[in-house]
Amino acid sequence: MATFTLPKNSTIGTGKTYAAEPGAKNVKSFKIYRFDPDTGENPRYDTYEIDLDKCGPMVLDALIKIKNEVDTTLTFRRSCREGICGSCAMNIDGMNTLACLKPIEDVKKDVRVTPLPHMPVVKDLVPDLTHIYAQLRSVEPWLKSDTPAPPDEERRQSKEERAKLDGLWECILCFCCSTACPSYWWNGDRYLGPAVLLQAYRWIADSRDEYAGERLDNLEDPFRLYRCHTIMNCTATCPKGLNPAKAIGKIKELMIERQG
Amino acid sequence: MSDKKLHIAQMRSPLGRVRGMGSAKQGSHHWWIQRVTSIALLPLMLWFTLSVATMGGISYVETIAWIGHPLNAALLLLTVGIAFHHTASGLQVLIEDYVADEWKRTAAVLLIKGACLLLAVLSAVAVLKIAI
Repeated sequence: MATFTLPKNSTIGTGKTYAAEPGAKNVKSFKIYRFDPDTGENPRYDTYEIDLDKCGPMVLDALIKIKNEVDTTLTFRRSCREGICGSCAMNIDGMNTLACLKPIEDVKKDVRVTPLPHMPVVKDLVPDLTHIYAQLRSVEPWLKSDTPAPPDEERRQSKEERAKLDGLWECILCFCCSTACPSYWWNGDRYLGPAVLLQAYRWIADSRDEYAGERLDNLEDPFRLYRCHTIMNCTATCPKGLNPAKAIGKIKELMIERQG
Repeated sequence: MSDKKLHIAQMRSPLGRVRGMGSAKQGSHHWWIQRVTSIALLPLMLWFTLSVATMGGISYVETIAWIGHPLNAALLLLTVGIAFHHTASGLQVLIEDYVADEWKRTAAVLLIKGACLLLAVLSAVAVLKIAI
């Protein structure tokens, strides 16, 4: 059966509290998931009280401030701090999003931060993405064409053909959507999940690609594609405002369309 | 480091695991028929519910005559067949979602399909017995 509760070694305990500096007026509490595989202990929530008057506006700013000034052991991924690299994807206040795009002031109470749901945790806020990267690799997300490219120019696309890629090319592969999807939680070993399926459709929809048929063959599967039950968590959570559920719907349409 | 050694159960590559035995090359038919049957059930269930609701207080003989009418009998058979087909395919999806063990999953799906088939045939025989 699908597992609905956390196993005993994953139940989250209460950890340390790092009080704000004396004299701080604008204090916000950050309850952050901590897990260190080396200690063999259960994960815990550590509480960090941060003076917002001395902190940038986004949740990532607070995380960086904590790591720099309060607790250097806090581990998380980050790079561009402007919503284009997808590294700082995590669950903030119950919703998967990018820490760099999430304003602290949007969270009314304590800011609870956990890693992307239902993924193996490497340490603290760092999930293990090995499997989902392999799934992405399996849909061969690159241009496949037998017609050689013109010798001295690029492969051309009409404006209409190019427009079909809008809403698809913007995906930065942060995997907020896939890890928000209950179907991906229960059957992530075989279901490809919204992020990977959106990528698959991005190449199916590309007028320069000549392998749409093979790509559809590869997805024609009760688990790889049809575990999507239009729950729409993917679309609700996407920090880039994309609609993976729509892309999956398009794939399903094409599956029927090519049959006659 | 903890005392427990990291146990690696599988050394097969992640991509090898994802590709597995390849795609099943089916699934779209099941998905499509589920949609078609649900749309077909909209008018059929509306007709069935309204008919039964307006039949309150009529006698046994009148009821038998209503079922025996060729149009009603045909629509009843359609409703029975489509409703149980839809039920079976819907429950199959539910089982596939939540039962991970392959043997249990296959057994549960077969059981559901068998039960729905039995109920459908029983209902059809009941209608036909009156109608013919």
